[in-house]
Amino acid sequence: MKLSLLLTAALTVAGSLGAADWTQFRGPNGDGLSSDTGVPVRLDASSITWSISLPGRGFSSPLILGDKVFVTAGSGARQDRLHVLCFRVTDGALLWERQFWATGRTMTHEKIGAATPTPASDGKAIYAIFSSNDCVALDLDGRLLWFRGLGRDYPNASNSLGMSSSLVVVDGVVVTMVENDSESFTAGLDARTGVNRWKLDRPKKANWTSPVVFKSPGQPNRVLLQSSQGVTAVDPTTGKIAWDLSDGASTVPSLVVSQGKLVIPANGITVVEPTAGDAKPKSVWRSAQLRPGTASPVVVGGRLITLNDGGILTCADAQDGKRLWQLRLKGSFSATPVVAGGHLYCVSEDGRVQVVDPSKAEGVVVSELTLEQTVIGTPSIASNSLFVRSDSRLVRLGGAALR
Amino acid sequence: MARVHSVLAASVLVVATAIDSVAALPRKLASSVERLKAVGPEGQGNAVAQAAWNDVAKAKASQIPDLIVAMDGANDYALNWIRAAIEAAVQRETVAGSKLSVKSLETVLRDTRHHPRARRLAFELMQRVDASKAQTILPDFLQDPGSEMRREAVAQLMATAARQTNGTKATAVTTYRQALGFSREADQIEDIAKRLQDLGDKVDLAKTFGWVSKWQLIGPFDNTGEAGFAKVYPPEEHLDLGAGLTGKSGPVKWFPYETRSEYGLVDFNQAISSLKGAVGYATAEFWSDSARTAQVRLGCKNGWKVWVNGVLIFGRDEYHRSAEIDQYRMPVSLKAGKNILLVKCAQNEQTQDWAKEWEFQLRVTDEQGTPIVSTR
Repeated sequence: MKLSLLLTAALTVAGSLGAADWTQFRGPNGDGLSSDTGVPVRLDASSITWSISLPGRGFSSPLILGDKVFVTAGSGARQDRLHVLCFRVTDGALLWERQFWATGRTMTHEKIGAATPTPASDGKAIYAIFSSNDCVALDLDGRLLWFRGLGRDYPNASNSLGMSSSLVVVDGVVVTMVENDSESFTAGLDARTGVNRWKLDRPKKANWTSPVVFKSPGQPNRVLLQSSQGVTAVDPTTGKIAWDLSDGASTVPSLVVSQGKLVIPANGITVVEPTAGDAKPKSVWRSAQLRPGTASPVVVGGRLITLNDGGILTCADAQDGKRLWQLRLKGSFSATPVVAGGHLYCVSEDGRVQVVDPSKAEGVVVSELTLEQTVIGTPSIASNSLFVRSDSRLVRLGGAALR
Repeated sequence: MARVHSVLAASVLVVATAIDSVAALPRKLASSVERLKAVGPEGQGNAVAQAAWNDVAKAKASQIPDLIVAMDGANDYALNWIRAAIEAAVQRETVAGSKLSVKSLETVLRDTRHHPRARRLAFELMQRVDASKAQTILPDFLQDPGSEMRREAVAQLMATAARQTNGTKATAVTTYRQALGFSREADQIEDIAKRLQDLGDKVDLAKTFGWVSKWQLIGPFDNTGEAGFAKVYPPEEHLDLGAGLTGKSGPVKWFPYETRSEYGLVDFNQAISSLKGAVGYATAEFWSDSARTAQVRLGCKNGWKVWVNGVLIFGRDEYHRSAEIDQYRMPVSLKAGKNILLVKCAQNEQTQDWAKEWEFQLRVTDEQGTPIVSTR
């Protein structure tokens, strides 16, 4: 389908987040869980509501805010043209597109590209970062709020295999992990202007994980930074370190917060529980049997799910890490499973969407739909739909009716 | 070698500043553009630019060509601010039924005094309004100073050659050879070379890329724990090719090395020994007919530093992630006569199969990627 540019009088979501919006990597809470209950479980060809061509490659997740879906893309022989696109949820019509020239290095492994990190939104703006460490803020109607060339400002901040850390925005600060072998840092950018609120030196080691916001009632928000050295909690408003776990952790899959506990891809899976104040979290359990691959872990219905690159889905009791079952899915995987209605949506690299019911004694594949496209990025859920961003297309599955 | 000059290791853009780029705009719009052009590193000017952006995005279709011209002299941050505003204005005006002037856009495109990215934007807007016209004029840009225009024109010529392979082979070879002469992008050059090889015509890749091939090498020095990257060894302080020095495991001295690799690889594993935790240096004379600007283009997956005439241009301590032709493009100023290149190449102690390489490739080019070859 050729992209057509439409001016729309569609409703604008002005400065507020809807309950079912998908606002960052792994959804509004960063845990892969959606509150939507109408996402189709039995997938077949008729589940495809629309499928549209995109102007460049991408491995980031779509964001969905109200009636708009936002996607990033990279194009050009050197992946040096950066795109932010906004489509209408109902029919996939292009509402606006903005393009930028990369100011930082764009070299990546061939499996990924410039548009690998997932943007984030606070409901007022879309904050998008690319592998070149160019970071832009646009309001929901495409007005440019600010532009930062972090790879230009800090010229050794890059990774020749590509950068993939997604953004989070919390307390008026956009947190961007620019962690690599050389000029390695995480910065808090003022959401209104993009200027540095703080900049924290980080381990000189390539890191593809994403920051996670930790919220606890009555406690100040913390942003969790995972690296080869462990997990560091920082105050998002100042960058001040609150606490540090230094037992090491993976540099690919990211930790997830569930029921107030941190499920960390470290020495298999390590679960810790932050305590009141900024005291060091206490250990809960550790299992070397649970080894996530590129996909990050997810917790659903008291069950911890990991997925390795070869498609082995492992389910454990989230309370103690005891392994319950394993299920071999078809294909290789980079995308993290997402959850709606208690079902896991797992998308393989060859575009096979497999819906898994994890609640039984053994995992069961409920249905499967082959999109025949390369999918590296994690899908998103909103409007009772699954949004899958392949390397060339954006596909909406389900949710034909307006919510 | 005490002077250190740090520059951005990113592509350099030709910035046309000879003309008053906002002169044709109404005063208020010109003022807003100037505020966008005032943005700088670390978000400098962003807060002011926000309001100015909204003004620029209100431009009429008739003002778009002049706005594109106003990109002249903008830094890379500002180019993105202005581009986004133009896109927003074009979107609104297009929906409102206002048409962009193809003739005016073409005038901007053909004037090579303008910023290459401004000209490219003019071309892309032309494509939206009159795709056929844009396609027709592409051959005029085979020697364009802007890499994006030149690349697309070469791609069109390659497509012509590909169609010709169904007919007379010699015709296709001739067209591919023309494309090779115009191409400045490494991947296009390699693609053309492969297609010519398939047609029985061998391309001298080393000559095409113009590698610096004759070097003097010395090493190994110690890089245990990657500490040697920062350590200043004697070649960085005083370059004396006759000096005997103390290396990692005994005396070392400079020796001549000429790469025969079609990719210009200077391979320390082959020239010295397959070592871990080691530093090697390479130096070469580079003769230029005149004082001029140029780029040193390096590909390397080891830690490295590059000096030109004793000035540290850039360095990077990333090991074994990846390497490619022209991975790092460093603007330099060459003197008339003899220039001295010095490369430090550091191998770490990783033991994986994919961590064996201890090598680099280097060439000197103009801003477009045309090889500049030492005149001696």
